[in-house]
Amino acid sequence: MARRTRTNCDHRLHSLVFLISCLLFIFSYSFAFQSDELLQDDEEFGIEGGRTTQSSLDLDYVNPIRTSSTPTVKKRSSLSSDHDSDSKVYFVLEHAFGDSDFVPAGTFSARLKTWNHGGQSLTKLRFSREALTELEKEKFQQLLKDDDFYRIRLPSNVLSPPGKDYVISSVKSRCLSRDSLDEHFVIYTEGVNILGVNYGSPGVCPYPRPLRLPKKWAFNSYTILKSSEQAPRAPAFTEDILNGDTVEGEMVNPPERSFWAKYWMYLIPLGLIVMNAITQAMNLPEEQAAGQPASQTQQTAAVRRR
Amino acid sequence: MAIRVSLTFFFLFISLNLSSALYEDQVGLMDWHHKYIGKVKQAVFHTQKAGRKRVIVSTEENVIASLDLRRGEIFWRHVLARNDVIDAIDITLGKYVITLSSEGSVVRAWNLPDGQMIWESFLQGSTPSKSFLSIPVNLKIDKDNIIIVFGQGCLYAISSIDGEVLWTKQFTSESLEIQQVFQPVDSDIIYAIGFVGSLKFVSYQINANSGEVIKQSDATFPGGFSGDLAYVSSDTLVALDSTRSILVSLTLQDGDISLHQTHVSDLVEGLFGISSILPSKHTDMFSVKSSSVTVFIRVTGGGNLEVLEKVSQPSAVSDSLAILEGQQAFALVQLHDNKVHLTVKFDNDWSSDLIKERIEIDQQRGLVQKVFINSYIRTDKSYGFRALIVMEDHSLLLLQQGEIVWSREDGLASIIDTSTSELPFAKEGVSVAKVEHNLFEWLKGHVLKLKGTLMLASPDDIVAIQGMRLKNSEKTKMTRDHNGFRKLLIVLTRAGKLYALHTGDGRVVWSVLLPSLRRSDACESPSGLNLYQWQVPHHHAMDENPSVLIVGRCGHGPDAPGVLSFVDSYTGKELSSSSLTHSIAQVIPLPFTDSTEQRLHLLIDAGNRAFLYPRTPEAIDIFEKERPNMYWYSIDDKKNIIKGYALQHNCIEASDSYCFNTKEVWSIIFPTESEKIIACATRKSNEVVHTQAKVVADHDLMYKYISKNLLFTATVAPKAAGEVGSVTPEESWLVVYLIDSITGRILHRVTHHGSQGPVHAVFSENWVVYHYFNLRAHRYEMSVIEIYDQSRADNKDVWKLILGKHNLTAPVSSYSRPEVVVKSQSYFFTHSLKTMAATSTAKGITSKQLLIGTIGDQVLALDKRFVDPRRSLNPTQAEKEEGILPLTDALPIIPQSYISHSIQVEGLRHIITVPAKLESTSLVFAYGVDLFFTRIAPSRTYDSLTEDFSYALLLLTIIGLVAAIFVTWVLSEKKDLRDKWR
Repeated sequence: MARRTRTNCDHRLHSLVFLISCLLFIFSYSFAFQSDELLQDDEEFGIEGGRTTQSSLDLDYVNPIRTSSTPTVKKRSSLSSDHDSDSKVYFVLEHAFGDSDFVPAGTFSARLKTWNHGGQSLTKLRFSREALTELEKEKFQQLLKDDDFYRIRLPSNVLSPPGKDYVISSVKSRCLSRDSLDEHFVIYTEGVNILGVNYGSPGVCPYPRPLRLPKKWAFNSYTILKSSEQAPRAPAFTEDILNGDTVEGEMVNPPERSFWAKYWMYLIPLGLIVMNAITQAMNLPEEQAAGQPASQTQQTAAVRRR
Repeated sequence: MAIRVSLTFFFLFISLNLSSALYEDQVGLMDWHHKYIGKVKQAVFHTQKAGRKRVIVSTEENVIASLDLRRGEIFWRHVLARNDVIDAIDITLGKYVITLSSEGSVVRAWNLPDGQMIWESFLQGSTPSKSFLSIPVNLKIDKDNIIIVFGQGCLYAISSIDGEVLWTKQFTSESLEIQQVFQPVDSDIIYAIGFVGSLKFVSYQINANSGEVIKQSDATFPGGFSGDLAYVSSDTLVALDSTRSILVSLTLQDGDISLHQTHVSDLVEGLFGISSILPSKHTDMFSVKSSSVTVFIRVTGGGNLEVLEKVSQPSAVSDSLAILEGQQAFALVQLHDNKVHLTVKFDNDWSSDLIKERIEIDQQRGLVQKVFINSYIRTDKSYGFRALIVMEDHSLLLLQQGEIVWSREDGLASIIDTSTSELPFAKEGVSVAKVEHNLFEWLKGHVLKLKGTLMLASPDDIVAIQGMRLKNSEKTKMTRDHNGFRKLLIVLTRAGKLYALHTGDGRVVWSVLLPSLRRSDACESPSGLNLYQWQVPHHHAMDENPSVLIVGRCGHGPDAPGVLSFVDSYTGKELSSSSLTHSIAQVIPLPFTDSTEQRLHLLIDAGNRAFLYPRTPEAIDIFEKERPNMYWYSIDDKKNIIKGYALQHNCIEASDSYCFNTKEVWSIIFPTESEKIIACATRKSNEVVHTQAKVVADHDLMYKYISKNLLFTATVAPKAAGEVGSVTPEESWLVVYLIDSITGRILHRVTHHGSQGPVHAVFSENWVVYHYFNLRAHRYEMSVIEIYDQSRADNKDVWKLILGKHNLTAPVSSYSRPEVVVKSQSYFFTHSLKTMAATSTAKGITSKQLLIGTIGDQVLALDKRFVDPRRSLNPTQAEKEEGILPLTDALPIIPQSYISHSIQVEGLRHIITVPAKLESTSLVFAYGVDLFFTRIAPSRTYDSLTEDFSYALLLLTIIGLVAAIFVTWVLSEKKDLRDKWR
């Protein structure tokens, strides 16, 4: 059952991705070649150069941000064949150790998509985290000792000027510490707004949290971007009933279960009765041959059974 | 196979037979319904020659009612909508009750004998303003009495026969507030007087037949008017200036106005300011009120003022009532030494009293707030008076001949919060004599019942049986019962009074007007907020009484300092009370109790500091152990932010070891341009879930995601926050969230496009059901979300369970990444609704029902199985066995499943459910203006015999069987003997 729903979800995800890519296809300026690759892999629309250059570029952009320590947002139209409706935005992840102030810790980059009806949405989220400095490592160690909160925040609107609200999330620091520091972001967006972020370890974090220092002081990040999901409609009937009936009539044929699966509840008592009868039948002749010491135990057993 | 098929049919039969309606003769057996009206604002007597003497009242709960003057019962009543506030009532033509409501824009006439509406007229005005209603006594146009209404900046004359607007006079001056309309005797001219701004006083003479202004005159007072005005006689008025220290008498003579001012300090020694002129109407005199005294002042010729009396006790004054030619009387009520002193005097003769009575009154009723008098002719042809008084606790009393004729506990119409308490255990040594005395009765009763069962009863017997069932003394006993049906409902009302109601019949066991929630010098406007169970003794239940905590606030706004009060649940005595230095924004009952079984509570103030109560070192010890695992959240629906907090160390600024700072650990910010929070729901903190596992079809297993920390939040587009139909489907949407309130994780988020509020939601176990309006389908919809835990889904293997390789006993942490699966489905629902609740039972085994407070003020029980997300069009055989119903687009409303049967719980606001000790049964208390209580069994009473079970029949059958055994035994013995002799 569970597996079925999961595959359903996957299906839906796939179809959604497909839909989005189709839309992309339509809105973007039609060039000679359009990739139908999955959107997670965004090299195709990326900035010039490969992955390495890009990350260094990101860092370049991070550095000025750092001095101002406010999440500035950079918008720039891509140099490649993209239509105007696509642009890239950057926003800064800031973190705090316990009660300390927030300092920048990494940069998210996402593609801002403008739909022709005026709406905007974020897609293709990427994240680059800065390495922890020695001081930060010490702070983190202290956090682990105290089992205190490691807090992060993101701007609530990726386009708005700095000074607006932040969405905050925190996790008990010991939940992150594994071989390296594992973290998992689920960012909920509504247009260009970030509603909230689920932040925590990617796996379980059972309650008595033992102190465990990571072997490697580096973050291992997983990020997911989620936008709103449509509710299932109330079952609209009239024509659906007709359709449904015919379809159901053809489709629903519960898999034939095996003989044993169907009738086990009758077979087991039957088996018991038969066995009981057999043992009795075996005991009867022995009882007649009374006096034999060898059959003493069996006899008592038979009597008891009777 | 045949067995299985028949079993299937059996289950289907049971599952389809969902309604559990009452029979006609069961009404009143386990339910009760009390009718109230609320605090009386205005009362008009109608006693002329009518056989049934009645009084018409309008109340703060927006009720207009006709009460029986002899017994205080309600003849009829109407509850108007919440936004249709009644401004004034009056009687015209001797048969119509006229009401003015919605700030002077709706006038209605109701038939006095039966309360049917005769006519209704809407007045269109331009500017919102004060409003009043006036029915001149002998002003007629074509034999038609007219009603003068001022509202929305216009003066209207309305026919009292059909409500037609005869003329409208719109005043050009925008800030004009007409204060009074009066009519000199025998003339067609009416005077309308009022203020323009605060400086100018205006008087209009208006032709009553046409509405034309004949003459207009004004006068300016440089000091400015405060707006208070007393109409003293046909040519004199008294106003209060803006500094509230000068009384200005205004004399109208032939349209000219002359002013004459008197300083208050010249009138009364030591009195420098007046808070208001009392609105009661008298001739040639008026009364003013300052902080501590009420002063009666006579107006003599030329606008001179003369003090009649100073009354220092808290008092109330009635309007004057014309009794004889030119003689008018009024009542003055004072409260002194638990006694009401009622004095009736003539307006023009202060020295003598018509009536002077002293009436002993319950101390818990507080001060007298209003009094209305009515006169009647005694048997000796002299005048008698009856007075209707409204007390501080909102109760209504009728006084006549020095006695309280009747009283109504109308404070119960405005309940703020409720709690329940168990009754004391039955003490040992209950008198045997009582049982013996009742033994004959008991036998007689059972014989009667037996007759009823065997259909031998005569009609008289049936009546006797019914009466016996209704008056069953079992249900009104003051001790705990085996089934847990008898409890105390403790309710806090807006007047600051606490009542304990018995669930058996709804009678008031005790009531207390909380001293800490009464107005005092220290606290000008206290208000009650919530009620919590403070101490529930289990270990010492025999010799300790439970107590409740009442949380209040001294003043308006969230910054006002808090007030706590502790009250014994059995006796109603206030054990202690305290005024706090901090404010109270939120109260969190913690799941811990100290050694005296007092529950720990956290009070969060407006500055997000947490204060621990009770303030004992022991409580700190318990609390400190759990502090790292404690979180709370706040919802700011103005800024659309939900924030989560963790508790930190002690407050630094305050040296208070019971104060803790909090730290923001998460926040969710809804974009203000697209979403606005309109509803939230959480699980009840004391809800019991029997099992986490749910067996679905094909012997598969699903685990419910059961977390106490789930928060359901619904947001709508800001445009769609208004009334249904104010937006188009394209620009409205409804987004619902399931949020873990510890970590701020959004577990589920879904958008309903084209839908809008109001949203009502109920959260129970692992599901939430919410109700909203679908603009596309033009219908109300109910959606269900069920949330299942996938992290435990692998524990299906029996071998794993046996070998202990499962994670069922592992502690659950909110910090683990949740693996949840959400199922949801939407259904159409016919009703719009006022409130929603779910049944709760002692162990959570019994299936659940949704209790829906419909717009018609009834309570409908809807089985949860109808709102199951797993319903499908053609359920398979296995699903049918499980009890899944075939999918329909709308939820059925079965008439028999109204648990309020034929009753309307007027002004229904809230439904609460309390588990009984008996697993099958849940107690339901619905309140609004009325109170309604019943108990329901969502899956029938499978664990007890019904109340009308005939024990006598059972006994007789057993006796008969035993006798038969003996007889046959003897017979067979004899036969044996005979056989042996043969």
